Amino acid sequence: MYVAVKGGTRAIDQAHRLLAKARRGDPAVPELGLDQIDHQLGLAVDRVMAEGSLYDRRLAALAIKQAAGDLVEAIFLLRAFRTTLVRFGASVPIDTAAMAVDRRISAAFKDLPGGQLLGATFDYTHRLLDFALAATAPSATERPDQAETPTGGAAAEPLSRVADLLGRDGLIEAAPAPGAAEVGDLTRDPLALPAGRDLRLQALARADEGFLLGLAYSTQRGFGASHPFAGEIRRGTVEVEFEPEELGFPVVIGEIAVTEVDMINQYAGSAETPPQFTRGYGLTFGHGERKAIAMALVDRALRARELGEPVTAPAQDEEFVLIHGDAVEASGFVQHLKLPHYVDFQAELDLLRRLRRDWPATPHGDPVGDPEMAVP
Amino acid sequence: MDGECAGGGRGAGPGGGESGGDARRSRMAILAKARLNELEAACADLDAWPAYRLVRPPETGAVMVRGRISGSGAPFSFGEITVTRCTIALDDATSGATVTGTAYIAGTSTRHAELAAVFDALFQLPGEQGHALAHRITAPLAAAQAKRRRDAARAVAATQVHFFTMARGD
Repeated sequence: MYVAVKGGTRAIDQAHRLLAKARRGDPAVPELGLDQIDHQLGLAVDRVMAEGSLYDRRLAALAIKQAAGDLVEAIFLLRAFRTTLVRFGASVPIDTAAMAVDRRISAAFKDLPGGQLLGATFDYTHRLLDFALAATAPSATERPDQAETPTGGAAAEPLSRVADLLGRDGLIEAAPAPGAAEVGDLTRDPLALPAGRDLRLQALARADEGFLLGLAYSTQRGFGASHPFAGEIRRGTVEVEFEPEELGFPVVIGEIAVTEVDMINQYAGSAETPPQFTRGYGLTFGHGERKAIAMALVDRALRARELGEPVTAPAQDEEFVLIHGDAVEASGFVQHLKLPHYVDFQAELDLLRRLRRDWPATPHGDPVGDPEMAVP
Repeated sequence: MDGECAGGGRGAGPGGGESGGDARRSRMAILAKARLNELEAACADLDAWPAYRLVRPPETGAVMVRGRISGSGAPFSFGEITVTRCTIALDDATSGATVTGTAYIAGTSTRHAELAAVFDALFQLPGEQGHALAHRITAPLAAAQAKRRRDAARAVAATQVHFFTMARGD
């Protein structure tokens, strides 16, 4: 029996009005502008673009405003908007070697060519609340110095990669060469397992930062240990080139900020390959260092099978990681439990009553199935 | 030079010589990376705003940005970016030829795409006029972009770590 229940329309309408009011808050407080969100909450914008998988600072700022700061909700809004867009095509792969870096560090080499460039970072801050920022008057911030000589990509030659230094002696594996297969895109074709590394990286780039962070941490604590070093972390802007059909040559369409992590891991070698370092890769839109490091660790963990390592931990399990890492999918399924399950629950209740009536005569009744699967 | 495209070598487009195509690519990059207010100012700098037809009115869509595994390896789908494109056509009064201008600009600004497409057409006008105009308009835009990049890089350079080792004992 299926009973349609109506009557929520008016309540829903009022709930939405109340939401709009709650979002706006005290009208005596000035309303937030998108520029303010973009410029003063820029890392939130970065995260929404990364997990929303759409680079557009203004739209991400709008999503954050509309979601009243709930970033997973904002990510959902951006993903939904994205489905309305015509796909013009795919870009020429970005060239991160040519990045105009605003931060570049290596935890493996102290004296790397081009140097360690800290850039703007929370590292080395004392994590003490700065009450000067609470003042409504413009705070007097110390102007950062400008070095005489620019560096980090604005110099004549781009910064060389740490991996290239190791690669000269064959101490580290080369980046995988492009294959004949078409580049995968899980927004076009549903993800099928086992997935190639291209699809895994796409899924990880869109995945929830918290989920990846926890998984990455688990690999460090021994659940699929891989002994990583941060070979190189670089952050900055790269040009995006696209080749329109009608032009027949690629044109720069703009610049995007990205964070890239090349993680170095131990590898004992095999019959075919001498011992050498292996690599995990992390790449995010905007400034997303924590996410990019976590992504690189999980990318490496997911290569267990390829490298002949035992698959024992969750972070090495492709299905576990790729199917559960998407914030929009996960939050959709977890939160659908809020929706009316009146009929399902009624069925459960009836079953329970029957079991109790017969108890203890037949203590092992039929196992209760998933209410989702039970058609009322 | 700031406006030059990285990773070239994909060949120049049809309808222009090798260097002509590269010059157009380079100018289109400058127009794409310019700020909208700078383009508006450049419009004001023209003697007259040309009459043109919208061959393809401004339209916003998305491009899948690709990355490379470990930065230099096989490509993968990284995430999308909003892009607005526009194509216009204008007739050259002197030669009677029709010139097509095209723009693909990151973001959702239809105005930016339309202005960039018009400039792209103007810069392709035959003879010296297109060439001179291209130089007059793009040189200050490119200079502004180079300055922004240089200033940012100088600020970053000031955060470079200079390690030193303390000698201990005698």
